[in-house]
Amino acid sequence: MQAFPPQRTTSTITSLELRGITKRFPGVIANDKVNLSVHGGEIHALLGENGAGKSTLMKILYGLYQPDAGEVRINEQPVTISSPQDAIARGIGMIHQHFMLVPSLTVAENIALGLRSSRGLRLDLDRVSAEVQRLAELYGLRVDPKAYIWQLSVGEQQRVEILKALYRGAELLVLDEPTAVITPQEVDDLFAMLRQMRAEGRALIFISHKLREVIALSDRVSVLRDGRLVGTFATAGKSRSDLARLMVGREVIAARADTKHPSEGAGSIALELQDISAQSDRNTPALHGVTLQVRAGEILGLAGVSGNGQRELAEVIAGLRPTSAGTIKLAGKDLTGNPAERANAGISYIPEERMRDGTVLEFSVAENLILRNHTEAPFARGPLLNRSAVDRACRDLIQRFQIKTPGPHTPLKSLSGGNIQKVIMARELSREPAVLVAAQPTRGVDIGATAAIHQLLIELRRRGGAILLISEDLDEILALADRIAVIHAGNIAAILPHTEATPERLGLLMAGVASEVT
Amino acid sequence: MEQLFTLTTLTGILHSTIRLATPYLFASLGETISQRSGVLNLGVEGQMLMGAFAAFFVVVTTGSLLGGVVAAIFVGALLGLLMALVSVSFRAEQGISGIGMYLLGLGLSSLLFRLTLGSVQSVRGFAELALPGLSSIPVLGPALFKHSLLVYVAFALVPMVAYLLNRTTWGLNIRAVGDNPQAADTLGVPVIAIRYATVTVGGAMAAMGGASLSISAVNIFQENMTGGIGFIAVALVYFGGWRPVGVMLGILLFSLVSALQIWLQLVGIGIPSDLAVMLPYILTIIALALAPRRTGQPAALTRPFNRGMA
Ligand SMILES: Nc1ncnc2c1ncn2[C@@H]1O[C@H](COP(=O)(O)OP(=O)(O)OP(=O)(O)O)[C@@H](O)[C@H]1O
Ligand SMILES: [Mg+2]
Repeated sequence: MQAFPPQRTTSTITSLELRGITKRFPGVIANDKVNLSVHGGEIHALLGENGAGKSTLMKILYGLYQPDAGEVRINEQPVTISSPQDAIARGIGMIHQHFMLVPSLTVAENIALGLRSSRGLRLDLDRVSAEVQRLAELYGLRVDPKAYIWQLSVGEQQRVEILKALYRGAELLVLDEPTAVITPQEVDDLFAMLRQMRAEGRALIFISHKLREVIALSDRVSVLRDGRLVGTFATAGKSRSDLARLMVGREVIAARADTKHPSEGAGSIALELQDISAQSDRNTPALHGVTLQVRAGEILGLAGVSGNGQRELAEVIAGLRPTSAGTIKLAGKDLTGNPAERANAGISYIPEERMRDGTVLEFSVAENLILRNHTEAPFARGPLLNRSAVDRACRDLIQRFQIKTPGPHTPLKSLSGGNIQKVIMARELSREPAVLVAAQPTRGVDIGATAAIHQLLIELRRRGGAILLISEDLDEILALADRIAVIHAGNIAAILPHTEATPERLGLLMAGVASEVT
Repeated sequence: MEQLFTLTTLTGILHSTIRLATPYLFASLGETISQRSGVLNLGVEGQMLMGAFAAFFVVVTTGSLLGGVVAAIFVGALLGLLMALVSVSFRAEQGISGIGMYLLGLGLSSLLFRLTLGSVQSVRGFAELALPGLSSIPVLGPALFKHSLLVYVAFALVPMVAYLLNRTTWGLNIRAVGDNPQAADTLGVPVIAIRYATVTVGGAMAAMGGASLSISAVNIFQENMTGGIGFIAVALVYFGGWRPVGVMLGILLFSLVSALQIWLQLVGIGIPSDLAVMLPYILTIIALALAPRRTGQPAALTRPFNRGMA
């Protein structure tokens, strides 16, 4: 029998305790004397608004940051975790909010990385693959060990992340917003697996902004607000509004409940796609003759499992991807061959991959906010930037969109994930676009900000904006959209008025079971 | 008669192609290792010059070829370490620190040469080593298998480096660190240590490239004797798509054109010699321009590492 997994020297974690953890960054106290206690066989949820300090606390636990004060105890013993290597050796695993995979390597290579090989210096990828297969079967994590990471869907990449931790014998697994990026079906699979791990006695820390998930999954929940621990509570008996109140410190009113849909066909056609076809990044056909119309003052929801052409469609409209057939008209004007013109003609785009598209992470918050219109008045004075005008406008946007940042000149990359998203929202919405393409606009965004973003979309619609809302969150689509298009395998499977759309019907269409093109 | 002339010429051209390729192989393969870990070492030229001088000096003073090789490796590793300190630890702009390394190597090797040896002299370097059997293959045998030891070593390095990068745990670490150091770090891969190691090895190999000139190919030392080989070696890493075999093919092509160019001058075909000398370089520029595939480029090339910052 081989010693598999090769480095499983860790013993069971029966208790983990963080005591008085404090972490300061320039201008912010990310964690302020936080106490947290988690035990084996429990799913412990960590809740908090964007920037509350959840990821920072977990990065300290994983050895990526060193705390300014406080201590970590495992099984009652104080431990120092000065690097991820220490964390792994102590049986801690972490699925990061932004995946930590090497795209140019295979699944097996990513998993073997950093481990000793059973053949000394020579790689033993065949053995790694065999063990990965075994673990994958045990936990229902289907993935091909020989595939390259760049070939995988986001859901598959997450499975690789989990396998990486399992392979290293993680006894305590931190999952930082694992459900933000995967499909509803994959969420169910993930939860089943987490419950299985809990039954094995492992400790799990689960971060999510979706309160429904926290209630469904966790045994206890700890709430962070502005870097401080509000408290740890048994999940049973807490309602969504209880949790929301704890997080925000006041009542949160969701925008979705009281949304009024305007009568259909209200405005003129703002955006019209006729038989659009386009290729994916890998040069395979991604869109097959998509026909859509979005009217002024209307939200058209685009539902679908990710990877069915949503991203390609959004990029075609935004002028970032060439079409291979079809026409695009904006307010009746044919702009098919003129991508640059599309952006200038008033199309705004909120991309779903905010870390890659739509932002320059090295630039400051202010520079990112004016990226689109820094050459126009009042930001430009001839060839120069009018610093005071930029500052004023940015402070105003930071306030209006409740962006949590020490100031406008902080580099964007040091903001929390949800706040980076808000910066893009602020920039794109403040341009008063005639057409807005919003892809997963509330992914990874806390409930307060989600409500605020929904409110902003509704207001834009009221002012006559045409909105294409691409989302995997059916609740979001059903709450906001006037009409709902379902995309499957690069085709529009159906377009339904919101009155006829039910989650079941949409679910079937998304799965490609039924097709009812109208 | 005509036939015979062509074949000997062919043998001659191929022979000098192999010989010319040798310093490039050492330098480019070392640079490949360092770039695959994400560090651009633009100072190869300076390291080659120092290696050439160190080896030459030891051979002149002691007569030991092995001593010369050891000296080159030692000096090159030391300069690699310095490069790593500046680029990896101090996170200097890698293009700039590389130019600094070049100037340091150029200046220091010239200075030391003037202070110690002073005048041009030659040494008895590595002798030609005809491989029994293989070297008697007609036409190709004498072209490929009648070379000095360092030439064989340089070519043997190609599969060795390929094996290192693709089949070993070290290679996996190197590739991961060059592509996504943050991810590698979260798995406990020592990013900084690996970059130090690759840049140091790269420096040692560059110095060996220099030594292959001064104690093997030409057996003399002259100020600035590399004349740009180190910079072309860096370009050839891009041309070869960061893969050892690709890099070797690029080097062979470049060396073949260089060999042809020399032959053209010898037979005196009516091309101005200045133009002929430029030929390989023009070819390199054209080839680089026509090879737009950036696939294989380490994603984190030239990007310093900072723990925790995504
Ligand atoms: N490397 C860093 N440098 C400077 N500031 C940072 C850094 N990392 C985090 N911060 C700041 O610390 C605070 C907490 O950030 P953190 O990422 O922990 O929030 P979070 O609770 O995970 O939020 P989200 O839900 O948006 O992911 C934020 O104000 C953020 O701007
Ligand atoms: Mg976070």
